[in-house]
Amino acid sequence: MTGIATDDTAMPTGASVVIVGGGATGLSAGWWLARAGVDVLVIDKGIVAWEASGRNGGGCTHGFSPLFAEEQRLWPQMDELLGYPTEFSAGRIRIAMDPVQWADAHRMVQNGERYGFRTETLDPAQLRELVPLAGEAHGAYWHHFGGHANPHRTVQGYAWAMQDHGGRVLQHTTVLGFEVSGGRVTGVETDRGRLGCDHLVLAAGPQTGKLAAMLGVRVPVVAARAEMIVTEPLPLMPVGGADGNGLYGRQTMRGNLAYGGGPHEWLDDCADNEGMGVPPRSSTPLMGNIAAHLVEMFPRARHARILRSWAGVIENTPDGRPVIDRLDDPANVVVATLSSIGFGLSPASGHAVQELVTDGVCRFADLSTLRLSRFDGLEDDWIAQRGWQASPSRSLANPPAG
Amino acid sequence: MTPRVIDPRSTANAKLTVTEHTDVLVVGAGPAGLAAAIAAAAHGMSVVLVDENPIPPETMGDDVPLHFGQRMSGAVRNRTAMTEAMLASEPALADAMEAGVDIRLGTIVWGLYANGPSVGWLPGKVAGLSDGETSWMLGFTAAIVATGRRDMGLAFPGWELPGVMGATAAERLATRYGALDARRAVILGSSAEALLAAVAVCRAGVQVTAVVEQAAAPIGPAALLDELAAAGVPILTRHVIVSAEGGTDGVTGAALMRLDEDGGRIAASATTMECDTIVLGIGAVPVIELLDAIGCRSVFSPARGGHVPVTDASQMTSLPGIYAVGDCAGVWAVKSTGRAVAEAEGRRAAAHVAQAAQPAHGLDEAPAEPLVDLSAYRLAWVRSAVVDAMPAPGGAEAHVCQCEEVTAREILEVRPPRYLGWPQPLRNSADLSALLGNGPPNADQVKRLTRAGMGLCQGRRCREQVAALLALGAGVGLGEVPLATFRAPVRPLALGLAGSLPESPEMAEHWDVWFGIPGQVATPWELKAAQQP
Repeated sequence: MTGIATDDTAMPTGASVVIVGGGATGLSAGWWLARAGVDVLVIDKGIVAWEASGRNGGGCTHGFSPLFAEEQRLWPQMDELLGYPTEFSAGRIRIAMDPVQWADAHRMVQNGERYGFRTETLDPAQLRELVPLAGEAHGAYWHHFGGHANPHRTVQGYAWAMQDHGGRVLQHTTVLGFEVSGGRVTGVETDRGRLGCDHLVLAAGPQTGKLAAMLGVRVPVVAARAEMIVTEPLPLMPVGGADGNGLYGRQTMRGNLAYGGGPHEWLDDCADNEGMGVPPRSSTPLMGNIAAHLVEMFPRARHARILRSWAGVIENTPDGRPVIDRLDDPANVVVATLSSIGFGLSPASGHAVQELVTDGVCRFADLSTLRLSRFDGLEDDWIAQRGWQASPSRSLANPPAG
Repeated sequence: MTPRVIDPRSTANAKLTVTEHTDVLVVGAGPAGLAAAIAAAAHGMSVVLVDENPIPPETMGDDVPLHFGQRMSGAVRNRTAMTEAMLASEPALADAMEAGVDIRLGTIVWGLYANGPSVGWLPGKVAGLSDGETSWMLGFTAAIVATGRRDMGLAFPGWELPGVMGATAAERLATRYGALDARRAVILGSSAEALLAAVAVCRAGVQVTAVVEQAAAPIGPAALLDELAAAGVPILTRHVIVSAEGGTDGVTGAALMRLDEDGGRIAASATTMECDTIVLGIGAVPVIELLDAIGCRSVFSPARGGHVPVTDASQMTSLPGIYAVGDCAGVWAVKSTGRAVAEAEGRRAAAHVAQAAQPAHGLDEAPAEPLVDLSAYRLAWVRSAVVDAMPAPGGAEAHVCQCEEVTAREILEVRPPRYLGWPQPLRNSADLSALLGNGPPNADQVKRLTRAGMGLCQGRRCREQVAALLALGAGVGLGEVPLATFRAPVRPLALGLAGSLPESPEMAEHWDVWFGIPGQVATPWELKAAQQP
């Protein structure tokens, strides 16, 4: 079954670069390639910017990543570069409610210092002024770097900006297999026909492992579901990028509190249900636990009403770090999984993928810690060893519509 | 074999505190829900029947869960009087008590949950309840959802004024609460549900100035039309509302125009009818929030009044143990004009839960083929009252989404919200046509980009209108535009109330901001140092 065509655009027959996956990483890569003048086509089994890429916390502060410097360089320019609003807002405040959280928060201070970024320690009066919803905290840091953005708006912005540069998007298109010839991928077989390509990028989030397996390559990832909540709008705080107490999130530019954290649920092979009519968007009563942690940190928000809760499905590699790598065989394939931390790094990860495609190497960052080969000796039961199996109580009692 | 390893930060280590358990949870104490509860109790099952009425006046003021339009009288502040009014207006409540049903009034069900394709940690099927003081989880074997219907909104200029309200809300206030604060009303739409609201408000002493219908002929049952004619209520066909006149104190009049045979406005025909209330009766919509949020499959069914859960002959949805009865399973004229069809649905569900024989069919319990094309009818209302208003005074500024202040043009052009101050026009042409690409327009996608439907009323006033605008924009029928999804909590729920759910010690001990995988937050220099011999 395919989507209903509502325009007269002919079905493409291929592109110089075909990217499988219309999330933050794939669309950013498509945008970077298109603005470099490359003929690029992004395909997605559903609609773009739809899954975890569009429903995460929106944080842009990843001091542990080799892409951190590029992430920090790019975010302040993204509105202008894309031509669409990202709602990027600079700076982060990290609130600690106890000494353990305080010690943990200090790691980001050190990471920032290494790149020359400044962090202030806030006294209670300063915290109250900048984050009026906060109550008594053990301590708070104000990072004068990082920030947060609106995930859905940004990822849709990648898609639109890519189209403005001549790139194309093909939604509701499922990959069935790949055509390999002479050690290179020459075509992508889809349910809407064959797409020829000179290069292939796999950036399909939780599906990346399955797609790579079609090429005989193991990219070990396992999917998980994580939940968030959002409240009604509250008056804007001077710094909306405030989180802590085991939560990530932000006050949006509209004023809503959007936060997540706490238990995740490991899944196995059901992450593609959304494209098949069964939404894995289910949230659970964890909403209440997230709310309790938020009220502890923001006691003045206790009367703010939750309007929605939701879940997103993200993937992790065995060590939790991304794989951004160009394969040896087939030699024209780049694999990119950001291992559950993809949105904030997406301006930089897309740039890295573009360079791996066009130049064979990433010039602006050392990605040696993100190579796929680090998993060469991985045991077959790596998921069970880590306790990352799906619960046997999951029910598939709601089969997709026929 | 080595013992199974558990990730302590995952849901494998989470335990849900379930405060109470019942065989059957019934949500909604209307005719269908009451019949289901009484029948289930008669089959020997334990039954909890939850109903959110009497609704707190502050909640009514937010147009939750119905479009009350500030037309509730001061009487709604007296909770005891409202409870007494409810009991007096619904004798079956006393029957249910007599039958041993555990009735909880003034209580909301903000979510239903079950294990599913991506959830496996719940101890069984559970519901989230709140009475405004605290929240708790109730476990159940079967849930019979009887959440009724609400009203499709219509964003003509002035529709945000106090006095513009939904037909279901008007009927609720007039009959169930005896607390409708209106004197002269104009009714928009002529479906059975619109005419029933007209009759109900007439009986409550309100003068109905006119029933306004954009179509060439009224679409409701002849008996109701006759009753209104006998009461002297004129039916103005081929007319549309142009605007609601008035100010912050409320509506003072309804400006109307005649339509030509193609539905175009005849400017010379403009008239204003004096009124303090304008009742939206253009679409009675099944309330499927809880069912959609838990993942019951739904379809667009013109015979059943819009998007409804798929149900089998015993009213069971696509999820085992979850049933839909009454208006939330489908709204049609025969069901709306009496209690019998809704009650039969309730009893069928209860019998199926009890694995008892199905009650004999005494009446035609399925909807007939509709006499009007529901999609064309609702699209015609939105075209004539909203889209054709855009060039008229006040039309361009009318907010389809009142909470987030989003206009029809902003929805059709997928513009970023105004508070971002993004320069207009956009450098690029990123409008609905660029979104459509290779599939039907997606209301959730448009919602996230424009914010239409993301506000405090949780999209109850604009969801169907946004779908209609997208259908008009894409040139397709309503059935081809998936409705924006519903999510728990299906009522706005204060953080403090939601946070009263207990956290298990295991969860508290291992709570982590993200996955807690040590390598995930290791820096490149730490990783390199670890590799040194």
